[in-house]
Amino acid sequence: MGRSLRIVRRHRVGAVVLRYFYLLRGNPARAVPLFLWVVIDMVLWGFITLYLNTVSSSGFDFVPVLLGAVLLWDFFIRVMQGVTITFFEDVWSHNFLNIFATPISISEYVSGLVLSSIATSSIGLLVMLAVAGMAFGLSLSIYGLMLAPFLLILFLFGIALGIFGSAVVLRLGPASEWLIWPIPAIISPFAGVFYPVSTLPHWMQVVSYLLPPSYVFEGMRTILSGGGFSKSELLWGGGLAALDVVLACWFFTRIYRHAVRSGLIARYSAESVS
Amino acid sequence: MSSFVPPPALSEASVLAVSDLCKSYGETVAVDGVTFEVGRSEIVGLLGPNGAGKTTTIDMILGVLEPSSGTVHIEGIDVARHRSRAVEHTNFAAVYAPLPGNLTVSQNLRIFGLLYGVKGLSERIREVSAQFALDRFLNVKCGLLSSGEQTRLGLAKAMLNRPALLLLDEPTASLDPAVAQDIRAKIREFAAEGSGGVLWTSHNMYEVEDVCDRVLFLLNGRILLQGDPRVLPREYGAKSLEDLFISLAREPLPWGGV
Repeated sequence: MGRSLRIVRRHRVGAVVLRYFYLLRGNPARAVPLFLWVVIDMVLWGFITLYLNTVSSSGFDFVPVLLGAVLLWDFFIRVMQGVTITFFEDVWSHNFLNIFATPISISEYVSGLVLSSIATSSIGLLVMLAVAGMAFGLSLSIYGLMLAPFLLILFLFGIALGIFGSAVVLRLGPASEWLIWPIPAIISPFAGVFYPVSTLPHWMQVVSYLLPPSYVFEGMRTILSGGGFSKSELLWGGGLAALDVVLACWFFTRIYRHAVRSGLIARYSAESVS
Repeated sequence: MSSFVPPPALSEASVLAVSDLCKSYGETVAVDGVTFEVGRSEIVGLLGPNGAGKTTTIDMILGVLEPSSGTVHIEGIDVARHRSRAVEHTNFAAVYAPLPGNLTVSQNLRIFGLLYGVKGLSERIREVSAQFALDRFLNVKCGLLSSGEQTRLGLAKAMLNRPALLLLDEPTASLDPAVAQDIRAKIREFAAEGSGGVLWTSHNMYEVEDVCDRVLFLLNGRILLQGDPRVLPREYGAKSLEDLFISLAREPLPWGGV
């Protein structure tokens, strides 16, 4: 019984992933952005860092600090958008009634969104590593063993924000997707992607302490400056990211239940917020 | 281990048992104490004017809308408590829920086959696409199909998992008379096979009379009357089912239903 239940569950999760694979394969307009934006970012920031290296008299190497930060931040964005875009495909094709009338559970549906995101963000990460490495000599090995927890924290936070953004769009209707796209840009000043958190005024620092990426970027800069890095701070960042995933899943489930109670699933295009 | 035994008041032969189902939105009552069953091999028509509560009832049966009160059992399984297991035994097609137009016929059938856990999916896709004359469209994106072809695809999707309960919300609304007749024949074949029952909404009373074994007239969220669509008009002094429908929609029975 338990085994057969797991097999059926895999089929349903697989259906969500397969749907997105079909869409990627069927239209270059979906596949190209997986590569295009990250390549543009790497090239643009790669040349900016090279230029800064030439004008800086300090001998400081901006490549691992700035280009590395852009790469990690882009990875986080790809993870988040991997979840939201897979969800938006159901919004854009008015597919909620069809998909939620099947036996799929919310946990299976969200798992499908996350697996789709893992696939697409991995492609983005590999492309960024290739471009940044070959064109600008950036190697993430400079972060040593800390690279794995850095990526894990950013991945978890990206998943959490992706699920949260999907829940917001489920609640507020299709037009609210425009509230979701700018979320990374809104967070980035607080996350200290390009500068130490201590640069920020006190109230912004308070916010940044609640954001898991700020621990990643602080840690990255500490490693590059040769300073000692506090593992407890990294654990704190990881714990926050894991908590954010749990909260986002709880929020999505709550919003879905409200949608089932209010009839929003069946009348989603009406954009009712009652 | 959970029990899947239907409530004692409901027949064990029924594939669908709806009991005292209600749905309110604030002060507005959409469905008000609806109770009915659909038996195996039975085609039941759910009739009523626009806004009578037909689609709301179907949404609650599918588990995409939570009832304010009442229960829905599919094959004896409570939809509120075991939604996934209950809904595995059903499927639906509705004119207002076309499959995604950016996927091909074959891709859509494969995805929904996986969602419903269909065994031997490739073979089953071949069967339903042949049954609904979709073979030559398998690699065509659904958005490029005519409305009639999309309706056939919706029905093929609805038959994929050989459901015990087939829910059809105006399935022939966009079809020409010849294709609609073919579709009706296929749905009758499905019911005649003996494993599944059908709940069907339609505004075409001639079609309802032709296909349905029993009809339920819904008005203002309540069942006004039910019975054999070929006998009911005579019983209520109407010339036809359509005349009965019109008179009920305009002037409900004084005693408030049966």
